[in-house]
Amino acid sequence: MARVEVQKLNKIYDNSVHAVKDVSFEAEDKEFMVLVGPSGCGKSTVLRMIAGLEEITSGNIWIGDKLVNNVPPKDRDIAMVFQNYALYPHMTVFDNMAFALKLRGEDKQTIKKKVQHAAELLGIQDLLKRKPAQLSGGQRQRVALGRAIVRNPKVFLFDEPLSNLDAKLRVAMRSEIVKLHKQLANTMIYVTHDQVEAMTMANRIAVMKDGVIHQIDTPLNIYNHPANIFVAGFIGSPAINMVEGKIESEGSDLFFSSNDFKIKIYPKHKKMLQSYINKPIIMGIRPEDIYDARYDSMAEFPQQIETICDIVEPLGSEYHVVLTTPHNIFTARLEPKELPKMNEELTISLNMLKAHYFDPETEVCLV
Amino acid sequence: MKNIFSNSIVYLFLIFFGIMMILPFIWMISTSLMSQAEFNKNESVFIPKEEYYVWNENGKEHRIILVQQKEEHSIIHVLDENLQISKDYPEYMSVPSSQVKLIKKVPSFHWENYVTAFKKVPFARYFTNTIFVSLMTLIGVLITSFLAAYAFARLEFKGRDLIFYLFLSMMMVPEPIYIISSYMMLDKFNWLDTYQALIVPWCVNIFTIFLFRQHFKSLPQELFDAAAIDGCSIFGMLWRIVLPLSKSVIATASVFSLIGSWNSFMWPLVMTDRPELRVLQVGLSYFSQEASTQTTLLMAASTFSILPILIIFFFAQKQIIASYAKAGLKD
Repeated sequence: MARVEVQKLNKIYDNSVHAVKDVSFEAEDKEFMVLVGPSGCGKSTVLRMIAGLEEITSGNIWIGDKLVNNVPPKDRDIAMVFQNYALYPHMTVFDNMAFALKLRGEDKQTIKKKVQHAAELLGIQDLLKRKPAQLSGGQRQRVALGRAIVRNPKVFLFDEPLSNLDAKLRVAMRSEIVKLHKQLANTMIYVTHDQVEAMTMANRIAVMKDGVIHQIDTPLNIYNHPANIFVAGFIGSPAINMVEGKIESEGSDLFFSSNDFKIKIYPKHKKMLQSYINKPIIMGIRPEDIYDARYDSMAEFPQQIETICDIVEPLGSEYHVVLTTPHNIFTARLEPKELPKMNEELTISLNMLKAHYFDPETEVCLV
Repeated sequence: MKNIFSNSIVYLFLIFFGIMMILPFIWMISTSLMSQAEFNKNESVFIPKEEYYVWNENGKEHRIILVQQKEEHSIIHVLDENLQISKDYPEYMSVPSSQVKLIKKVPSFHWENYVTAFKKVPFARYFTNTIFVSLMTLIGVLITSFLAAYAFARLEFKGRDLIFYLFLSMMMVPEPIYIISSYMMLDKFNWLDTYQALIVPWCVNIFTIFLFRQHFKSLPQELFDAAAIDGCSIFGMLWRIVLPLSKSVIATASVFSLIGSWNSFMWPLVMTDRPELRVLQVGLSYFSQEASTQTTLLMAASTFSILPILIIFFFAQKQIIASYAKAGLKD
């Protein structure tokens, strides 16, 4: 199969919008790579440039061992699945799937066999004679997948393929695509704005914003070691809590001090933060690293923070609680023990081992 | 209640304009079925009727003109079969009034007008000419509009929109303005009095380009992307993807183009002279120019000359309405 390498890719549109800036990454052979970022971050443009649908302003794209900058889409040995399916409305499902093979001039028997095979893989054998208008959204997306599979391309490109499906179907299709990836063992590049899709499906994630890749790593590394404030905030739901404050030194210990509270920094982090003593810093703490002090007082960190419980969202398996202090807002994900009451006081403790610290100017993650 | 009220107003409005639209047609058809004499009398409007006197001469009925009617005797002109004053009888005859009878025929349809009209001028030739010119023009219009509209809708090039707006502005120029310059141009080409003169200048239709362009713009970009990845060239896309998705807009454009060529009068009248190049509309003018105006025959000829286009419109109207209804929707 094939690896895809993108080197210093740039896209500047005619209206001088710089949509993609020096993007470089490498998707290994058989890797499931996800480009994720907010809408308008240039991820789809990158994908379209890999597909050959968009001209490259500068940079190189390699598919396999071939530089494909000037190769037309059909000769790049790729298949693409689109958000709105892009099925040909006037053709039956069979013809939709067979279209590329027919254009390639394959003989009828082979086409039939390949389409049958793909249809079985996706469980759409019974739909082959229908037209796209007679299919549900999920079925249409399967046909779009089938159309890609039939061609047996080196690389699959997905452009937000699940965005038009309802929530339940999206979850089902998610795991189906992952299963498909295992069966087909192709290189797949998948674009989405949904960080849950990115986390659950990817071998590796590239997080993009404003045309720039901010971090490329495995899902867990991105979650646990975000490169900067943007990545930390984008990945994870509910989003990470950011608290502005500064580092203070007392004896041999370092403290993070905000307007509302002062909390001891975990010893392991001390070395990295030495140079920030008495300087402003931003601390990030994920919702699940906040505990209800009534049940989980962290023995090592006796400091606790008094908060007022503002919003309670019981999800059954857990509670999302928005807590306020005079100057800060925390979102906490709490165990479903005793439901905190609105507008009542709640004492929380933070798992400082999991805290992240960011330089307020460069926004880079220090720890 | 309010709904019924506003609906009734809407329907009254529609009915009123519907009647306004259809009246000329009814008038045309009813006139085409009248005798010229009755038309000249100008009494019956919609249902052709006839009143005339006959003289019963021992069981044989003659059409007559009643000159004077008295209690016992009437003075008459006897007419022959051609409704001329008969030479077999004295010009003024006195016959018993009991033998004179008023005949009222309602309705009285003169279907023979159609036969007369068709025989009087070579309509078969005119029909053939018109059909040939209309079809060739239609083919030309569809090809040029399809390609031009694709360029205006999908290709990126400098000055695209400017050219398109220039095109659109041409729609505002009325035919008489450019007919002289067109005449001079066709003269330079040595095309006057040829079929080319009737066909080629009409092979580009800006309205159709506009119609196609709006339709092409409504097709999602992803379809074109998918086709490009599947290995379609631009012409392959036009042929295999765009064309099958444009059926209703093609039907609309075709009907407009056909109606336009079918009804064109000024242009063929100016650009051609030879009788064998005459198209229907020019042929129709025979009845009002070369002989004295024969309104009933003209109306009969008009009726059968619009019949084909009426039938086409009838079958295509669903498509036309569909393509108009869709014109504004994106998805």
